[in-house]
Amino acid sequence: MTTNYSELLKRGVQTRRLRRKSVNGFMLSLTGILTLLALVPLFWIIGYVIYRGGKTLNLAFFTQLPKPMGMAGGGVLHAIEGSLIVTLMATVLAFVPGVLAAFYAARNPNTPLGIALRFSTDVLSGVPSIVVGLFGYTLIVKPQGHYSAFAGSVALAILMLPTIIRTTEEMLKLVPGALREGSLALGASEWKTSLNVLLPAAMDGVITGVLLAIARAAGETAPLLFTTLGNERFDLGSIIKSGVQNHQGIFQIMGRIFNSPIDSLPLTLWKYAQQPYPERVDQAWGVALILMILVLTINVIARIWIELRKKKLRG
Amino acid sequence: MKISKTNIQKLLKKFGQLFNHGDRPWFGLLILMSILVLVLMVGIGYLLWRDSALSRSSFGLSFLLPTKDPSWDPVNSDFQAWPFIYGTLLTSVVALLIAIPISLGIAIFLAELCPAWLRTPLNWLVELLAAIPSVVFGLWGIFIFLPQVVTPIGNALYSAFKNVPGLSAFFAGPIPQSGSSRLAASLILAIMIIPTISAVSRDVLNAIPPSQREASLALGSTQWETIWQILIPYGSSGILGAVILGLGRALGETMAVTMVIGNSIEGTISILRPGYTMASIIANEFAEAVSKLHTSSLIEIGFILFVLTLSLNVIARLLVWSVTRKNPQEARS
Amino acid sequence: MDMKIEIKQKGDWVVDDNPNIKMKTTYLSVNYGKFRALTDINMEISEQKITAIIGPSGCGKSTLLRSFNRMNDLTPSARIEGEIALDGENIYGKNVDVVDVRRRIGMVFQRPNPFPKSIYDNVSYGPRLYGIRDRNNLDGIVESSLRQSALWDEVKDKLHQSGMSLSGGQQQRLCIARALAVQPEVILMDEPASALDPISTLRIEELMHDLAKSYTIIIVTHNMQQAARVSDFTAMMMIDETRSGRLIEYNATNIIFTRPQDKRTEDYVTGRFG
Repeated sequence: MTTNYSELLKRGVQTRRLRRKSVNGFMLSLTGILTLLALVPLFWIIGYVIYRGGKTLNLAFFTQLPKPMGMAGGGVLHAIEGSLIVTLMATVLAFVPGVLAAFYAARNPNTPLGIALRFSTDVLSGVPSIVVGLFGYTLIVKPQGHYSAFAGSVALAILMLPTIIRTTEEMLKLVPGALREGSLALGASEWKTSLNVLLPAAMDGVITGVLLAIARAAGETAPLLFTTLGNERFDLGSIIKSGVQNHQGIFQIMGRIFNSPIDSLPLTLWKYAQQPYPERVDQAWGVALILMILVLTINVIARIWIELRKKKLRG
Repeated sequence: MKISKTNIQKLLKKFGQLFNHGDRPWFGLLILMSILVLVLMVGIGYLLWRDSALSRSSFGLSFLLPTKDPSWDPVNSDFQAWPFIYGTLLTSVVALLIAIPISLGIAIFLAELCPAWLRTPLNWLVELLAAIPSVVFGLWGIFIFLPQVVTPIGNALYSAFKNVPGLSAFFAGPIPQSGSSRLAASLILAIMIIPTISAVSRDVLNAIPPSQREASLALGSTQWETIWQILIPYGSSGILGAVILGLGRALGETMAVTMVIGNSIEGTISILRPGYTMASIIANEFAEAVSKLHTSSLIEIGFILFVLTLSLNVIARLLVWSVTRKNPQEARS
Repeated sequence: MDMKIEIKQKGDWVVDDNPNIKMKTTYLSVNYGKFRALTDINMEISEQKITAIIGPSGCGKSTLLRSFNRMNDLTPSARIEGEIALDGENIYGKNVDVVDVRRRIGMVFQRPNPFPKSIYDNVSYGPRLYGIRDRNNLDGIVESSLRQSALWDEVKDKLHQSGMSLSGGQQQRLCIARALAVQPEVILMDEPASALDPISTLRIEELMHDLAKSYTIIIVTHNMQQAARVSDFTAMMMIDETRSGRLIEYNATNIIFTRPQDKRTEDYVTGRFG
């Protein structure tokens, strides 16, 4: 009965040829179109942010505190200072535990603690940022009785931790085992090997990971909503000045900074975007531009670094 | 004790000596930090559970369930979370429905069709979309996306389904003039989760051995037939994982959603009307919540969100892991 | 099915009075970017005969084989010069439908690569692309293909099990059945038994004899004894000083292995190198 099937197939070949060809061409083109489509919002947002934000940016924007509502002019210095302070502190808080935990995970991936660690890192990376903000509130703000930059930086640190752990762990795994064994064979202790040999070898990748974590943290709003709250009157300059005038030690001044409610760029954007004053809305676009430049620059730097490292490895 | 240079030097020396006596303090430190991460994860769950005790005991399970007349009434201390659960589920599901086909298309293009020189820049551009802060999405959403895209679509949907029995309730409207609506939230969420779903799906497709493609093409399949009938089914569990990861992200997305969803406790089910999601009500009300019951209710909502995203995240990771580690069964001779 | 281990004996080369030429290459050259993998290959493939392509590693045997069903097109940097004709028509011609070329010229790969589907679905994948949906027809095609590849008796009761659950030799026969299901005219085999144990290898070789009654077979092999056992014609390939693959000698298998014309061929088949 083979002839029967042969006829069937020949007929099928003829009748289906055009249809298969057209479906193929159509669907393949569709995927290309969809890819372009997905990039439209990217360029639309960037374009608009540059267009409307660019109009607001001037020196005063960067160097002045906000004027009272409704009045034109003023700047977002408080938010810039706030973002820097909170993000910096968050990085400091997250970096050491993150790298150390990654050392553990890289060396002992199959112990119960190692598995639990990887599991927790995964879980933490999926926690919504607003939930982390709630956690920061219940952990620090409520017991302390006040909002603070410190609470905000703890929340951001929790968000940064999984990224830092994961990147560092991956980088450590890439370091050839021979390096570690060589160092140990020379008599160096484990911790010296880790800090003086392994970490520098993995440093490039670790830094990229930290950069990307910073880029993410700098743009986060939700975790700061109920931890730092926002503070339009925060003035770093005057805090330092008054501290010096009153002979306060550096730790005291820092304490004052970290314990006060503080604003940040994303928070300011959030607030200004919803206010009825058009000047504030314009300033919101300006803040958006600053944020975008910040985030995009870090991403570009990280990318270029990665590509350079790849080229270095290829020799 | 004076903080002088010599004192600090002495302290550091003592510290260093401690370390030189074996690596035990080092390992201890590593273990401590790892436990810290564990504690964090547990701690978040625990604190949210503890601080929502008041509302849990006051309302019990009815807090979550759909009732005829859900109320969210800070004045009369009556809280019911169903409208927010509904809002979250609705916007996330609609966002997924829109995002999945687009993300699959992108993944297929990037993995199978894109010329090599274009691959890195395109991958990077799609990743860049994921790097845009949520508030910036929201700002663009309010002033550009809503008036130019959402409102026209909303009006079109409203007139299209006005007289269709059954569906008219779902598209009841009209859409508010500003455009703030669940529809807006769904659309913006779709844009925001496309990078996640497409990047992971693309990795899944790239992990499929070339021999499968060769086998299919050598039989006389077109490229599309190979992709649709061989590759996608082969990577289906990984792609499902990608989708679940996207869903997890959608559930927790706060700022952009809050800025475009209208934040209203209307009782309608329509997608064209404003609403709330679990994340957006917390963002909107927490800072001003006064009564303990109000605060506790909001924290309880946060706890639900935590559990939801945790479960989804675990399932997704397992699925993706199962595909990218899959070794095609070597021919046993 | 009884296992017969048979070493096929060939008598003197019998000249076919009217050999039909199924495929013909004319000054075929294949370039990958700047590298010229094959230069000026001229050969004729006789219909319903088994043609073997032999030569040392890296001489371009697989590249040549893959040119026959345009699988080289999958490599972005590949450029073809010259022609390959199937029944007189150039398969690299302007308006040629690649998809149809690949249907008519099937391929079996070195490592069996069944789809992670059921045995039934593996074999019926091809016919279904052509709109054959009816259950009875599909059943018939599946059975016929599996019989032709000598796998039917072993799997007829477990058609819905995964193709990956079979042994290596069975998987390879499944891949052959899968290729047969779309009614090809030529079957290309790229070292089809090199990943298999000796017994499976012999079964595949037996299979080839049966298949040659209906199909034209071109096989690449690094195993000279296999080429001698199985093929009617043998093509000897080697790389020249520019590391490009060339056809050194092409003749009836009997002649290649007993009275080779070129010294390089003689060295290779007598095992002096390779």
